[in-house]
Order: sequence, then C-alpha cells, then structure tokens
Amino acid sequence: MFLENATVNSVTQIGTNVFLLNLQSDKIAKHAKPGQFVNIKVSNSNFPLLRRPFSICNVEGDSFTIMFISVGGGTSALQNKQRGESVDVMGPLGNGFSLAGNFDKAVIVAGGIGAAPFPFLIRELDKTGKEIICFSGGRSKNDCITYEMKNVLAATDDGSFGFEGNVVQLLGSEINKLKNDRIKIFGCGPTPMLKSLQQFCISNSFEAEISTESSMACGFGICQGCPIESTTNKEKYLLVCKDGPVFNVNDVELP
Amino acid sequence: MSAIDLSVSIGPLTLRNPILLASGTVGYGNEISEFVDLNKIGGIVTKSLSLKPRKGNSPQRVVETPSGMLNAIGLANVGVEEFLKTKIPFLKKFDTKIICNIAASSVEEYVECTRLLTGEETISAFEINVSCPNVKEGGLEFGNDKRAVARITEQVKNVSTKPVFIKLSPNVSRISEFALAAKEAGADAVSAINTLVGTAFDIMTRKPKIKNITGGLSGPAIKPVALAKVLEIRRNVDIPIIGVGGIFSWQDAVEFMIAGASAFQLGTVNFVYPNISETMVNDLILYCEKMKIASLKNLTGSFIL
Repeated sequence: MFLENATVNSVTQIGTNVFLLNLQSDKIAKHAKPGQFVNIKVSNSNFPLLRRPFSICNVEGDSFTIMFISVGGGTSALQNKQRGESVDVMGPLGNGFSLAGNFDKAVIVAGGIGAAPFPFLIRELDKTGKEIICFSGGRSKNDCITYEMKNVLAATDDGSFGFEGNVVQLLGSEINKLKNDRIKIFGCGPTPMLKSLQQFCISNSFEAEISTESSMACGFGICQGCPIESTTNKEKYLLVCKDGPVFNVNDVELP
Repeated sequence: MSAIDLSVSIGPLTLRNPILLASGTVGYGNEISEFVDLNKIGGIVTKSLSLKPRKGNSPQRVVETPSGMLNAIGLANVGVEEFLKTKIPFLKKFDTKIICNIAASSVEEYVECTRLLTGEETISAFEINVSCPNVKEGGLEFGNDKRAVARITEQVKNVSTKPVFIKLSPNVSRISEFALAAKEAGADAVSAINTLVGTAFDIMTRKPKIKNITGGLSGPAIKPVALAKVLEIRRNVDIPIIGVGGIFSWQDAVEFMIAGASAFQLGTVNFVYPNISETMVNDLILYCEKMKIASLKNLTGSFIL
C-alpha cells in the first residue's frame, strides 16, 4: 500500500448522481487488483476528518478510476474536483476478487453503486477467456448502473427498467439457463442484497465471492473499526478492510 | 545533523524525541510500520492488552462526528500470551521504545498481566488504561474512582520492573486529583487524556450510530479539552505528563508541551495521515531553530500566564 498525491485527470458524470473520478497515480495503478479499494482524504480540512473508502473501478496505464454516487459531504467534494488538482490517496487496500476457480462463466451481480468494482474485474476476466454475464439492479432505472458491463440483465424494484424485482430474484429466474455451465458468482452491493445473494449461492452450492462494505476509520487494519463475523472462528472478528473487502461467500456472516 | 536536542524524559524513561503513537491507533506496530520508520520516533504504545484475548464489540464500532470520531471497539486484543509469542518478535526489530498498554476488568488481572509482561526486555514501560469497567464492583469504571486508581497503581508498581504510566480518564470533574492519587501510589507519569464519552443518533432510524450506544470521542474536537486537563495537572501535581488528545499537527503537539507535557501521543491522526509522526520530527527541529530552543525538553510547562 502507498500514500500518493494523485492528480485529477477527469471527473465524468455517467448517471443521475453517478460520477467517475480518474486519478493519475502510477504506484497505485500499477499494483491494484480488481476488488481492492483506495482510501481518499477528500478535503484538506477536518470536514470530513476521516478518509473515505472507494472501490477501484478500473485501471488505465498510470491512472485509475473510482465510481461514486454524490450524496453530499465527502462525495460532493470529490464531484467538484478540478483537473490538475491533487488528491491524497492511500491504496491499493484489502484483498480483491480471485480470478482462480473451477469455472467457465463468470456471473457478475451488482446492486446500485455495487457496480463500482466490476469494470476492472470484467476486463481481467476477459483476458482469461471466461464468458461473462452481468446482472445489475437498482430501485429504479436511474439507480441501475451498467457501466462497462457486458451481456447485462437489469432489474429494478419499480420495474422502470428490465425485470421488476430485485437483482437476486432476477438471478434466480435466470439460473436454469446457467445450470449446465460451470459458474462463479461475483457480488457487490448493499448488505441486504448481499445477504440474499449469499443465501442463494449457499443453498445452490455455487462458488461465489462477495465484496462487503463497512464503516471504517483507517482502511489498513489499525483502528479495528470494521469487524465482520467469521463463520469458522467465533472467537475473533475478521476485518473488512484487511481480511476483505472481498470474501468467499462461505466465510462471513453478514450483519 | 541538527544541533537541536529533541530527547525528552518521562520520569526514568528517556526517549529519542517526544513523539509517541497512542494505544489503539497503531495495533502492535506492524501495519503502521509500512508508513513510518519507527526508529525515527520516540516509541509506540501498543493496543490495550488483557489477560485473555477479547473479541471486542459487535459492529458498528466507529462513526465520524464533527472534527472527530466516536469509537467503541471494546478492547479487542490478542491477549498477553499471544502478544508475547507473535507480536514481540516483530517489535524487537526496532530501536524504539515499546510501551505496553494494559486494560483489565479486575485489579488482579492488571497485576497478572504486568507480572507476565515485565520480564520481556523489549517492553520499556507500562501504560495502564483505567477507563475500563470494574467487573467486581458492578461495572463502574476504575478511572472514576480515585481509590481504585491508587490501588491499581500501587499493585502494578509492586510487580513491575519497568516505569508505570497511568492513562487518566477525562470523564471526571477534577483530573488533577486522579493524577495526585496515581502519583502518591507510585506512578512514574500520567497520560492525559483518554477519550471523552459521547454518542450520536441516526435521525431516520432513531438508533445510536454505534452499537454500544456510547463511544469514546477523539480527534481535533477534543484537543482544547485535553490541553486544559494537561494544564490542570501541571499546575497542581508534580508528575511527568504524556499529553494526548486530538493532536493533528506539530503545532498541536507544541501546545501540549507548552501546557506541561514531557512527551505526547498521536492517536486518531494515524488513521488519516499515517506517516505524520515521522514528518513531525523535522517540523519540531525547525520550530526549535526558529525559537532558539537548544533542547526541546525546555519547552515542557513553559507557558506564560
């Protein structure tokens, strides 16, 4: 992991409140793996005080991109960054997705801004020649992010785009078409969605990895602020920042 | 090499410089050492140790508040045995002072932890966290009870072969009375202050933002409180003070020394700027040069009222 003053290359709006921030940062870009994250000090002041964690969305040469929803506070500070501005970034942090496994078809399942880590993963999976199918869900059309996904099936709670229902229900309705393939599921999204995805994967014995989220203060294991229950060792919590954020679906008990 | 002498003493313990990393903000040193050369700073205070491993509180454990944060980690730690077996070998590699923080739920446990650790040569001193519930006395905090603070200090001193520092709670009306109780029981120094009790609510769910309901407030928000507590102790009790609470810059650190601290600890700032302790060394030298201070220790308690 590195501390770098990265330079803003661009801020691009790709949805109602969805933005991409591309940062010039050779060390982080060079060492990042899909599913890892960066911890960004979004302002030079104490507002906000702590860094904010963001999945690495993609890497392009000496730069990397993060995807975020602007919801005020830290994220609106990021939205207003200008080209050439310097941003204090720590990363790459945590453990990413594993491309290994006994599968031919990768099934991507994203809920809302949970789409953020997948462009990078999809690109790396592409290189290994795996087939890829993507499921993306959101409350309505504007919350359903399909940026750089391929073979996408969409789900919205209000039915304004694609399947009416949540993304795990959509996956369930399509799973018969996939059951003759050797698949591995990669999930990221809000915790209730991940919980239902986890249940689905475990009950069907699918190989799967999920990217979890948690409040955290440091991002590299010293504050102990982001515990997650382990399924194998009840005496000790795992840490989302250091042991995750990506876990095998069988290894953690979601809150 | 600079001609400025940055070395300081906390009672019998001499440090290369007054920069310490606070307990609970640097684990057992391994993660932070990727950002900081620990050989350049005064030392580190390890995460609170208890006799047996502790899992800690369930999430959510941390939340940001204006210019600060609340935490209720619940003293998650590996326990004394595991610390000696797996953490000490790493810490041995550094030429820096290792101050071992102990947190316990009974006087006997404080004593037992100290007894098991005091033979380890890598440990330079103990810092006793008295902001823990006294399980035998209905869960009341030791740190709120002068007699309990005195008893822990005296009994830990009896078995310790190293200097003993008492980390005081700010959640009392007169902190100097607690510093006096620690001094009279034989403490070599006091660390002031631990976190302030606070809480925060989610206005949509009406639930506390941290699972434990209350947590310890830290960060720049508490710096003026911490400074006032250090000053109060300095003006009332003759005991070395380690200043801690909301230091985010070298200027903050200098304020603590002026108010009476012999050394200081960086805490929450390690989460945000994990390399600041190392960069602060040079900032302190530049300050001394500018102010024509030959020896940084002369700054301690140099306030002009």
